[in-house]
Amino acid sequence: MALRPARLRPSDLARLGGYGLRSRPLRAVLSALGIAIGIAAMTAVVGISASSRADLDHELAKLGTNLLTVSPGNTMFGTRATLPDDSVAMIKRIGPILSATATGVLNESHVYRTDRIPATQSGGLSVLAAKLDLLQTVGATLDHGAWLNAATDRYPTVVLGAAAAEQLGNVPAVYIGGRWWVVVGVLQKVPLAPELDSAVLMGWPAATTYLGFDGHPTTVYTRSVESQVEAVRAVLAPTANPEAPGDVQVSKPSDALAARRATNATFTALLLGLGAVALLVGGIGVANTMVISVLERRSEIGLRRSLGATKGQIRTQFVAESLLLSLIGGALGALLGYLATGTYATTQTWPTVMPLWVLAGGVGATVLIGAIAGLYPAIRAAHLAPTEALAAT
Amino acid sequence: MIPLETIVTAPDTVAGKPVIELAGVTKTYPGGVTALRSVDLVVDDGELLAIVGPSGSGKSTMLNLIGTLDRPSRGTVRIDGHDVASLSDRELSALRARRIGFVFQQFHLAPGRDALGNVADGLLYYGVPKKERERRAEAALVRVGLGNRLAHRPHQLSGGERQRVAIARAVAGDPALLLADEPTGNLDSASGAGVMELLRELNEAGTTILVITHDREIANGLPRQVPMRDGQVI
Repeated sequence: MALRPARLRPSDLARLGGYGLRSRPLRAVLSALGIAIGIAAMTAVVGISASSRADLDHELAKLGTNLLTVSPGNTMFGTRATLPDDSVAMIKRIGPILSATATGVLNESHVYRTDRIPATQSGGLSVLAAKLDLLQTVGATLDHGAWLNAATDRYPTVVLGAAAAEQLGNVPAVYIGGRWWVVVGVLQKVPLAPELDSAVLMGWPAATTYLGFDGHPTTVYTRSVESQVEAVRAVLAPTANPEAPGDVQVSKPSDALAARRATNATFTALLLGLGAVALLVGGIGVANTMVISVLERRSEIGLRRSLGATKGQIRTQFVAESLLLSLIGGALGALLGYLATGTYATTQTWPTVMPLWVLAGGVGATVLIGAIAGLYPAIRAAHLAPTEALAAT
Repeated sequence: MIPLETIVTAPDTVAGKPVIELAGVTKTYPGGVTALRSVDLVVDDGELLAIVGPSGSGKSTMLNLIGTLDRPSRGTVRIDGHDVASLSDRELSALRARRIGFVFQQFHLAPGRDALGNVADGLLYYGVPKKERERRAEAALVRVGLGNRLAHRPHQLSGGERQRVAIARAVAGDPALLLADEPTGNLDSASGAGVMELLRELNEAGTTILVITHDREIANGLPRQVPMRDGQVI
């Protein structure tokens, strides 16, 4: 007669794990909560940063990464350099350049709401002369009103940047250089050229006529063929100012957005570390619960041994219980993390993005933690002598 | 899955074949306490007997050895023809699952499970599917007179009824041997008498039953008594 213990079916094992947890529901919920918080923190951190990145990517795709700006730097003597008047025309001759336009700053001119404000009390707004094709090149759009045209750029008319409009208020005209200038339009925020937000823009001829503008461009905006951006970047400085290429600064505004993305990644790694600590604490909570559970359930262990459970079956039962406990916590945490991501992304008008590997990793981490946390208590339970276990009441 | 026929030992016991054989069994616990001294005992199939003695007489040690929960220091223990010393822990577990039923003084019922669940869970290590366990559990509960208490939880049952649930759990797997450790210890005399009556009925139906008790009155109500004192059968 062979004596072989019957194997426990997986369904029976799952049921066994469930009984143990259901007999002490509050404790099960509390220790599952520890795991849930850890997993929720980690999924929310990854989810939120992924959503933020998706939003930045979306923004970058919309704005394009082919905008390069050219501006004068400092000369080798430390004075402010200037770009030659024909630099825009020169740059336009570079093959892969799609468009080039410029603004010129009028350092001596200031903007006032009315003519009654003392000349010394100027705000931080800049006065810029702008070429007519500025909007297309920098990707700006009008909030309301009209952009300058070949007629209005000869007369005292201005278009306000978004921040300038906010600062000046809804005024029909502004006072610049001892003269009223009619406001014909207001721009929306320009993500790739934020300097335009706090500017008052006027036509190149009008600036020359009324404010004595010297005609030197101070920022040249260029769009080039996407694949040629780096090549264009290399030749921009010598093209803009062949005599002193070293006095020219070339920058790529989309790099600032990309940098924001990189900063986010660092921050995410830090928060992810904090989430991992929370998860570890949750795992210790589960281990603690299981150790106490084994101590309290000695008579149950004794009974099961008398009913014919092998050591292995007792061990498996407690590991199953621990796994179930942490899986409940993990699932709850993943759900909470997803909801947190969704809520936050919605308030930021970001798309909600939850990479699948995060959810898979979360479940994997909980299974691992459940198994590790449950193993030691389960081994202790299995090694309890049946007689000793039954003697406990 | 292992076919049922190969894992369930056939009840090849014939009337008169010993179910329990103890020969020169001594049990010394670590620390030097000798609980049993050279005990010999033979219990035949179909017997109903009591091991009776005061506390400290070694009857609990006897229960543990006969129930294969512990091994003797010296001597041989044979249960249902198996020499306990030659079996591994796994084999002993299988022997308990199929051939031995236990009834304890404290009932040991799971508080959150109804009577049917408690009895069905007793068959968890027997190797039959859930449906079959529940079918057998219901049959066992009907057999002990609790057919109308299937869905009651332990706290909704009287002490006597709880012990009947425990007895149903012990006999649901149709064991060769039923071990009852002070089965009436926590019961009033009326419930206790009812439980003893049930054990007698089960014995008449063929189950070998060994009752361990300190109560002479209960022991005297059974066909055979094995009195013990100071670790020896007297």
